[in-house]
Amino acid sequence: MGSGSVVAAKAGELKPNSGKIFRFGSRPGLLVRTAGGEYKAMSATCTHLACTVQYRDDTREVWCACHNGKYDVNGRNVSGPPPRPLEAFEVQVRGDEIFVRRRQES
Amino acid sequence: MGLFRNLHDWLDERFGWNELLAPLRKKTVPVHRWSHWYFLGGITLFLFVIQVLTGILLLLYYRPGANEAFESVQHIMTQVQFGWLIRSIHSWSANLMVFTAFAHMFSVAFLKSYRKPRELTWLSGMILLFLVLGFGFSGYLLPWNTLAFFATKVGTEITGQVPIIGHPLMIFLRGGEEVTGATLTRFFGFHVAVLPGLATLLIGLHILLVQRFGISVPPKLEAEWLAKPAALREMKFFPNFALRELMAWYVALGVLGALAAIFPWDLGVKADPFVSAPAGIKPEWYFLFMFQTLKVIPSKVFFMDGEVLGVLAFGVAGAVWLMLPFIDSGRARRWVNSLAVVALAYIIGMTIYGHFAK
Repeated sequence: MGSGSVVAAKAGELKPNSGKIFRFGSRPGLLVRTAGGEYKAMSATCTHLACTVQYRDDTREVWCACHNGKYDVNGRNVSGPPPRPLEAFEVQVRGDEIFVRRRQES
Repeated sequence: MGLFRNLHDWLDERFGWNELLAPLRKKTVPVHRWSHWYFLGGITLFLFVIQVLTGILLLLYYRPGANEAFESVQHIMTQVQFGWLIRSIHSWSANLMVFTAFAHMFSVAFLKSYRKPRELTWLSGMILLFLVLGFGFSGYLLPWNTLAFFATKVGTEITGQVPIIGHPLMIFLRGGEEVTGATLTRFFGFHVAVLPGLATLLIGLHILLVQRFGISVPPKLEAEWLAKPAALREMKFFPNFALRELMAWYVALGVLGALAAIFPWDLGVKADPFVSAPAGIKPEWYFLFMFQTLKVIPSKVFFMDGEVLGVLAFGVAGAVWLMLPFIDSGRARRWVNSLAVVALAYIIGMTIYGHFAK
């Protein structure tokens, strides 16, 4: 997948409708496997006041515990105080590893 | 008695001891139905002394650094004899000190003790209150647990929202872009060297100003006593008031000891920058009203980001409050008490709301 990509998880590590935090350089990233089995990755740093967000399987949303900010699985801010979406990353499954990297500027 | 007398004379010959103590002998404290509010400043000072003493004891074992801090506090709490109690007293005393400092501030505001010529006493007290909050914020990070990590992340991020100077200030506080071990050593330096030095100087100035101007009497009572001097009631500071203050300290020590022993301060889980903020995370109670405000402000208010608006609003409110003695004159006078009532009601209301809100 080229330079700048990191291994976020092993394939099969995440059950559908779950998420995990991975190291993306010096910052945390969030890898989500949706209920439909699709992988989504985004920055885990809340755009409100920089707490680390988490995936909630009960609401199927990305949630920040600090000030109750909510995002959808694409990282779009849907309610609460976050002013901007979470930066979405590019995901690629190769072999038994899931690679994540920044989206390339088009 | 002979030895004491000799020592007294020895000091008097060298430093003019009698002359130094003369103002204390003449000092009086007004006696009226609100006199008990005069104890709060002294209790805050007493708790500060407890903080210095227990802080020195903790310093003997504490090691700053992302890989050592949590473990060293764990060591203090499990291996060092009475270490858990000393740490618990330090944490409880910090919380009580914030409470008594706030209570002291509001009592001064409601009794209007800040009025001429005591404006500088108010200003030095307000700076001391900010320092106390700085002590709380910097000390909270030192055990390097999850709650402290996110509290520091959010707190420094809020600083970063201030226009122009915010971002450089945030970098300065964190020692970089992120909250890391560099932030911890920095906060340690603030907590045990910079803040204690500044606070000691300001406490000295604050007490000096209180001595210089004497103890304020509420305006209504002052007018009554001026009109009818026979109604004036006061007691000698030494020994009458000082002994009463000593009893207040004794009660404070009892409350502190009971809280520290019955509810030992928790250590929590070691900080990890790569875990999510835990559900139910909240700051210390004295930051809760600001926390809750930031939580309820929408993400955008007109053209502004909600959190920037919140930070600016608190900045303006703090500045107005700081200038209270200068605002409280002429026609503004009758608004000032309402302002103090609104401020107190807002702080209490939002704190309770923040405590129960999910």
